[in-house]
Amino acid sequence: MLCDQCKERDVAVLLTTIEDNAVRQLHLCEKCAAERGVETPTAMPKHPMGDFLQAVQEQSLVLQEDAVRCAFCSTSLREFRASGRLGCAHCYGAFERSLRELLRRVHGSARHVGSTYHPPSPASLQKRTTLLELRDRLRRAVETEQFELAASIRDQIRVIE
Amino acid sequence: MLDLALLPDGGLSWLDASGESSNVVLSTRLRLARNVEGYAFAPRAREGERLRVLAQLCEVLPQVPSLAGAAVIQVDTLPADDRLLLHERHLVSKELAGLEQNQPVRPGAAVILATGASVMVNEEDHLRLQTLQSGCDVRAAQETISRLDRELGEKVPYSFHPEFGYLTACPTNVGTGLRASVLIHLPGLVLTKEIGRVLAGLQQMGLTYRGLYGEGSEVVGNFFQISNQTTLGRSEDELVEQLDRVVRHVVEREEEARRVLLRDAGYIIEDKLWRAYGTLRHARSLSFDETMNLLSGVRLAVGLKLIQGLSVYTLNKLLIYSQLAHLAHLEGRALTDSEANQVRATYVRRTLADEAGTAA
Repeated sequence: MLCDQCKERDVAVLLTTIEDNAVRQLHLCEKCAAERGVETPTAMPKHPMGDFLQAVQEQSLVLQEDAVRCAFCSTSLREFRASGRLGCAHCYGAFERSLRELLRRVHGSARHVGSTYHPPSPASLQKRTTLLELRDRLRRAVETEQFELAASIRDQIRVIE
Repeated sequence: MLDLALLPDGGLSWLDASGESSNVVLSTRLRLARNVEGYAFAPRAREGERLRVLAQLCEVLPQVPSLAGAAVIQVDTLPADDRLLLHERHLVSKELAGLEQNQPVRPGAAVILATGASVMVNEEDHLRLQTLQSGCDVRAAQETISRLDRELGEKVPYSFHPEFGYLTACPTNVGTGLRASVLIHLPGLVLTKEIGRVLAGLQQMGLTYRGLYGEGSEVVGNFFQISNQTTLGRSEDELVEQLDRVVRHVVEREEEARRVLLRDAGYIIEDKLWRAYGTLRHARSLSFDETMNLLSGVRLAVGLKLIQGLSVYTLNKLLIYSQLAHLAHLEGRALTDSEANQVRATYVRRTLADEAGTAA
């Protein structure tokens, strides 16, 4: 097919324009397209060094990002990519950007719209944590035959309960 | 050896074929993945952290009505054949039972079993709340699991993020943490070769299918486990409603396929199914896969009312009890493959003869 403008060279681009509210399509050769300010893939100047540098930069960004670690459990993004499993709840914050993209790909959305959770009050949790610790200490005291200590821990447990 | 009598209802009430469409749908399962705030997720956690999660759970257990009378089984202390037994009963996953290759049982792995509901502890997530119901009853299963979730979440703080929802070790479960699935028997669609189209349709609806034991398992005996694929971006109600709607449609397609089979290939189908029954009634050695495929035929024959006097409950029980660890439990000793094939044939023969009121 020949260029609509010069009628000499082969068509390289299809240029769609809107002029006076009418859509107009032009089949143009590389030269005529360039004259109208349209860059064709073949006409674009090549910068092999530029491509190389860009690739290196992109790769180093990925590597830098992969080395990011969760401050709580020290799982790195690289480890996550390898295993598919996150180390702890804090990883969601540490890898937030990468995760958001991944979640969109996997689920088609990155936002929870299901039920909202209301955690138990901190006071009741504190009481339970203390009880767990005291029971642990009681067990150790009995195992090491420190019976006086055990009796005092048992009293503390009774008070809290 | 694990005393199965200690388990509430033996963990098998879901086999009783009492639910809706139970001639096509064996069971409905809902599970919620939850993690306890303050600890690394189970695969990353230190042993001490996992034990504390378990201790914390045992501590609040008496205050959780949905788990009244529950048995706590420390899976990590059980020998391999008992762990396999629990897995065969669909009470624990392959991962929790430490049956995955190169993944031994995790210290702190446990399961809390109550009637109609259970909690796997220290699986991939700290808590996997589950309910298993007979037949197609997604609504009832949702009520059961939501109640358990509410009761437990009031006592144990879950990891929750305002944007991402319930946080899980694997991002494929994040959000609602909900996996709703039905175990469905589709021999009609397989025989009429419609199954490919039905399964492709499921995927377009955001659903997926697996084999008898869920993730990573193969399809045997024309049993498919259909479940939601995504957990984020849609509410629990939406996910459950969609599964319910699609499964009802698949059940209709299956029933239609069965009618077509009877109409267009009546005597061929009848002959095939009676042969399956005959083999099960008289064989002296049966492999597991062969048993599953023959039972699939007999289940279809019962559904088509070709074979009378054989209950779906008995067929469901045969699915569970003809597995390796159950046969070994029955015999009270470990079995080689060929021994298991003989024991299986004897067990199946006797069960079917009892049901028919004749000698094996």
